[in-house]
Amino acid sequence: MLSIKNLHASIEGTPILRGINLEIKAGEVHAIMGPNGSGKSTLASVLAGREEYEVTEGAVLFQGKDLLEMAPEERAREGVFLAFQYPVEIPGVSSTNFLRTAVNQVREHRGLEALDAVKFLSLMKEKMKLVEIDQKLLSRALNEGFSGGEKKRNEIFQMAMLEPKLSILDETDSGLDIDALKVVSNGVNQLKSAENATIVVTHYQRLLDYIVPDYVHVLYKGQIVKSGTKDLALELEEKGYDWIKEEVESKAIV
Amino acid sequence: MSTLTTQDTFTPILESAPSNFLEQRLQGKDQYLTQGLPALKAEEYKFTLIRKKIEQTISDIRNAHVFDLDRDQVNQSIFPGFDGSVLVFTNGRLNLELSNYDENLSISKISDQQDLPLGSIAKAEKDPFVGLNQAGFPDGVFISVAKKVKIEKPVLLLSFNKSNEGQVIQPRVWIEAGDFAEASFIDHSVSMDDSPYFINKVVEIKGGVNSQLGYYRIQNEGAHAIEVSTLETDIREHSRFTSVNVSLSGDMVRNNLNLNLIGSNSEGNMYGLYLLNGKTHVDNHTNVDHTIPHAESNELYKGILADQSRGVFNGKIFVRQDAQKTNAFQQNNNILLSEDAVVNTKPQLEIWADDVKCSHGCTTGQLDEEALFYLRARGIDKTQAKGLLLYAFAGEVLEHIEEESFRDYCISLVSDRLGSKF
Ligand SMILES: Nc1ncnc2c1ncn2[C@@H]1O[C@H](COP(=O)(O)OP(=O)(O)OP(=O)(O)O)[C@@H](O)[C@H]1O
Ligand SMILES: [Mg+2]
Repeated sequence: MLSIKNLHASIEGTPILRGINLEIKAGEVHAIMGPNGSGKSTLASVLAGREEYEVTEGAVLFQGKDLLEMAPEERAREGVFLAFQYPVEIPGVSSTNFLRTAVNQVREHRGLEALDAVKFLSLMKEKMKLVEIDQKLLSRALNEGFSGGEKKRNEIFQMAMLEPKLSILDETDSGLDIDALKVVSNGVNQLKSAENATIVVTHYQRLLDYIVPDYVHVLYKGQIVKSGTKDLALELEEKGYDWIKEEVESKAIV
Repeated sequence: MSTLTTQDTFTPILESAPSNFLEQRLQGKDQYLTQGLPALKAEEYKFTLIRKKIEQTISDIRNAHVFDLDRDQVNQSIFPGFDGSVLVFTNGRLNLELSNYDENLSISKISDQQDLPLGSIAKAEKDPFVGLNQAGFPDGVFISVAKKVKIEKPVLLLSFNKSNEGQVIQPRVWIEAGDFAEASFIDHSVSMDDSPYFINKVVEIKGGVNSQLGYYRIQNEGAHAIEVSTLETDIREHSRFTSVNVSLSGDMVRNNLNLNLIGSNSEGNMYGLYLLNGKTHVDNHTNVDHTIPHAESNELYKGILADQSRGVFNGKIFVRQDAQKTNAFQQNNNILLSEDAVVNTKPQLEIWADDVKCSHGCTTGQLDEEALFYLRARGIDKTQAKGLLLYAFAGEVLEHIEEESFRDYCISLVSDRLGSKF
């Protein structure tokens, strides 16, 4: 589904991603871990199409199409979804209007007819249950004044509404209380299918107890320096990143 | 041209002034001649070179004449859903045949009035254009709402402007409302053609105690229209006055809005939106004067500027020594959509009382890129995402229009503009 080959990206001339290789197949869950500042959010942003980043080398294919050629909205319509690490507050834009516009533009792209107000509302009701999000929250302006946890929940709600093929969850667990973590993970799991794939960026093994990954990758200084199964996450939880950093540095010397 | 002094430009207007309200006209003339048109570096017109603009554009310095209009033209210009009173003007002159209004209103031409204290609210000594209007206005409208009368539906002042010879239009409006009266007015002008003209308008509003008055205005004149307008009102005890001004087009527009809070527990609200493109230049000068304790003023002006448009905002707040317990808030926010668009914004607060709450702030920036990316990352195309954000920005002003059909009309004009042009 997603094939990243030797991806290099920089921001304002500073290289951040320095040769990422990653293959993701439909049905899979990949976890990406790594120390602060290693480039996890950068990778997520580059995949979603943030224009501040300049891709200097490499290629990304999504369902056989050149992802890097597409505008952010095209990527979303093709089925890429990024749950932001820091969702943006947008005063004055109503959550409902925004979502209806988004859902219908995505549907149009997929050759489906636009949802009228009634159908849209019933879809909203259905998905709201999934992530147990409060109606009151959605009657407010988009993310405006939402608590950290409410914002994260709203991201997963939007994901449920847009039915993406590839979901990238950037630290969706941070800021969630334990109950919310279960609810949100449960939502993500219910949306999982053999046709779609998920990338979870996280610092904590705990999330991976709920959303069980097929693969775990460690990103360090803009490269994937280690990959393994979910046991790797347990090992990281126990030992931290120093041993990996040492491994990388010693290889670099040789 | 070069031999003319600043006073000479409007000599033909002064010479052909009507003979009613003679004392006031002479006083206006005197004030106009004393001040002259704003010179190049005049502080109050620093960014708005109105004199130059008039001299370059207006070829025939005379008051433009009345013209014929039929009912269809009037009806076509009334926005959908509006069912209030309609007063029709051609080049500033009231056309009573085409007007129809609530019987609780008392309406006449100014020329049918004897003793109006014209100039007692908008004072000619403060601005040469007020002086010019007072000296030479051909006629105008007198509107009165009696004590305790509530005019349920808004009153539309529908002005048709046409001056294919590049002339001057000088509307004069006098509104008075008795104690406990309530009314709102919508000021809407229609350009009949795209030719240049100069509007010099003065609106004076005299409210009683416990009155509730609103004045909403939309400015979407032709691309060659030049306009200076002054609206001034005295706000008495327990009264509220709200102004909402939406500017969408024109060549050069200067609005002076002056609120005098002269009774305690009064409230003055000033909201403005300017949505500009091309080379349109819009200058909003507002002035709120707190002279008594326990009054409140709220001000929010917002601008969205594209192309080579230019916006000027100057907001003066005076809080006099006696005006303790004043609340005065002012905000001006601008979004520039092009590198060539310019905004000059200046808050001017003069506070002499010590127990007051005052705040002001102004911002000028680009569209929020983070927000734009967020919307696009959900599948919304760029143009529409921009439109959503800009509309949200503008909506904070439009929501203060309390009359629904007019608010909807403004919303539709604004969203059309945000969808297509920007
Ligand atoms: N505009 C910028 N100019 C220079 N460096 C930047 C800029 N934006 C981000 N960076 C740097 O890029 C690096 C990668 O940042 P990124 O947000 O991708 O890290 P991360 O792995 O997601 O970290 P965290 O775990 O803290 O979320 C960081 O060192 C960051 O400081
Ligand atoms: Mg990050």
